[in-house]
Parts: sequence; structure tokens; C-alpha cells
Amino acid sequence: MYCNLNQSTVVSDNRMSTGPSDIEIINRVLKGEQQAYAELVNRYQGYVFTLALRFTKNREDAEEVSQDIFIKAYRSLADFRGASKFSTWLYTIVNTTCITFLRKKKLEVHSLDNEKVFEVADTKDSGFSANQVEQKSRINMVNRAIEMLSPDDAEILTLFYKAEQSLEEIGEVLGLEPNTVKVRLHRARQRLKDKMEKYFTQEVKDLN
Amino acid sequence: MNKQNTIEDRLWDYIDGYGSREERSDLEQLLESNLDWKEKYRELLEVHHMLHSSELQEPSMRFTKNVMEEIAKYHIAPATKTYINKKIIWGIGLFFITLIVGFLIYGFSQVDWSAANSTSNQYIDLSKVDYSKIFNNTYVNVFMMLNAVLGLMLLDRYLADKRKTFKKEM
Repeated sequence: MYCNLNQSTVVSDNRMSTGPSDIEIINRVLKGEQQAYAELVNRYQGYVFTLALRFTKNREDAEEVSQDIFIKAYRSLADFRGASKFSTWLYTIVNTTCITFLRKKKLEVHSLDNEKVFEVADTKDSGFSANQVEQKSRINMVNRAIEMLSPDDAEILTLFYKAEQSLEEIGEVLGLEPNTVKVRLHRARQRLKDKMEKYFTQEVKDLN
Repeated sequence: MNKQNTIEDRLWDYIDGYGSREERSDLEQLLESNLDWKEKYRELLEVHHMLHSSELQEPSMRFTKNVMEEIAKYHIAPATKTYINKKIIWGIGLFFITLIVGFLIYGFSQVDWSAANSTSNQYIDLSKVDYSKIFNNTYVNVFMMLNAVLGLMLLDRYLADKRKTFKKEM
């Protein structure tokens, strides 16, 4: 019923150099070794959870959505043909599941090109004072600034910087052309820079 | 604003490692000679490093266990290609293409091409068209009836969906 993925024909994920490759694990799971899937969950839970958190904005929902994503990925594992990296395939599921979650929650999904969006975002953020930043570490500050962005911007930054996806792979995940991804990435970084200048000026100075 | 965007786009490309060798070397020269560009580059590089330093968030300790408990209830669904028969898809496609081509051939064969030349200078008086000749044809009537039935089925489906949504909201 299931076809084994040939190691030579699949795109491997070089990020994980230790332990069995994703493809080896997937083949074991497809052969009925269900427990092997735990290894994939351990490997990608941070990436999936962080991406989900960019959309849901709270940990409880992010955990529920992440769980849903791993279950969906497990159920459709036989459909993974190895044409792309497993991570890229998984992030496609993350993207669709998170969009569905937002639709269900009837939250506003902001378009990148809609200027009004940022007016709304700015208003929402206006209650956020720099003094509320508990830890003045660089990492924490960047994470807080990313949280202030729209899910679209936060997702693209996370995919590029943390999930180590190329423009082509991000394009595959989001269903966009690589050039469009590049433009969106530039804009997302610019917006992040604006947020940091607006809300974390003092922190940036302290860190420098 | 556009100029500013162009500067930033070029700098981001340089930071990300995109662009040809020539473009990169041109930009390097520009960065050495132009203080504004150098300052902008420093700013963007700072954002770039900060983004690299951001950390992944981790779910609760029980997360993997929860997932594994959940998936124990499920089976892996068979690959889509195993239950979607491509021959059937191609068969359906071929059927419709044959049908369309058939209709086109039949339609064109019914056209009296010589008549078009003789009446090309005359206007058609729509009020004098005998519609009964068109709608008196049995095939046309059957076709119209089928369309009417399909339309009613579509309407019924639309209303059923509406009813379901209404019930859910209640």
C-alpha cells in the first residue's frame, strides 16, 4: 500500500546531521513502526510550535494547533513523496492549518499590502510599553518585536531565519513565487525594524 | 521613498548573499565610499543578526507524549495516488473533450457558409426571427429540460447548505 522513499531521489534536510535522516524515520513509520514518529515530533516540535504561535499569539492554542498539525502530517505521511524536504512539506501543513485556525477564530488576517492593517496593528500595540519588557535580553526583545508583527510577516521571518528555508522552499510552503517571497521578506524585516525603533529604542541602545 | 526602498532591497540582497559577483563587488565599493549606504548597511545588518539570534519557542514537556497518544487512535491514510485512478480522470477528460469537439463539428457542419456571403450586407431583424423553429426541436427541448433540472438541483443544494449553517448558528 505504501511506497518506500528512495534515499537517492528525495531531497534531504541537511540541518539534522545527527541520528537517522527524516526519510529513514518516515520509512520506518510507513512500515508500521509508529513509535518512530516520536523522533520526528521531537525534531520539529520547536519549529512547528513557534510557527503556530506566530498565528495564534497564545501558547494554549499554539499547542493545540501544533498537535493537530503533527496528527495531520502522520495521517498523510504516505503522501509525502520526497520531492521536497520533509520540513518544507510539514510547514505547508503548518501554514494551511494555521490559516484554517485563524478563519475559525474569525480573527483578522491582515494582508501585507493593506496599509490599514498596520494602523490597526499600531493601535493594538500602543498599550505595549517598553517598560513591560521583563528581560532586556536581545533574544527576548526580538521575540517580542516579532510577536507585534502580523502573522504573515512573523511566519515568513521564522521560516527564513529559524526554519532555514530557502526563498524557493518558502514559496512552496506559501504558494508564492520566490520573487514575491523575497519582496515580502524585505518588507517584513523593514516592519520589524520599525517596531524595534518604535518600542525598543532604549533596549537597543542598552544592548549596544 | 522608492529610492530608499531600492537601497534597502539591494542591501538586503547583499546581506542574504544574493546577486551576481559583479553586483556584490559594486555594492562593496559603494559601501566603502558612501557613508549613508554604510550607515544603512550597519542598521540592516543589526536587524539581520538579531533575527538570527531569536530563539524557537518550545511546547510543554508532554507535547510529544500527547501527540503519540493521539496518533495511536489513527492509521496512516493510503497515499492519494493509490485510490485515485488516473485512467478514470483521463477517461472523464477525454469524454468531455470528445463531446465538445463533436458539438463543434456538428455545429460547423450545419452552417450554410454560402448564405453568409449573400446576406452580409443586410441587417437581421430580430423581431422577424421565428423562435418556434429553434425551440420546436426535440433535442433542444431535452437539453433545456436537463439544464432546468440541474439548476433546480443546484438551488436545492444551496438552500440545504444555508439551512445547515442556520441550524449551526442556532
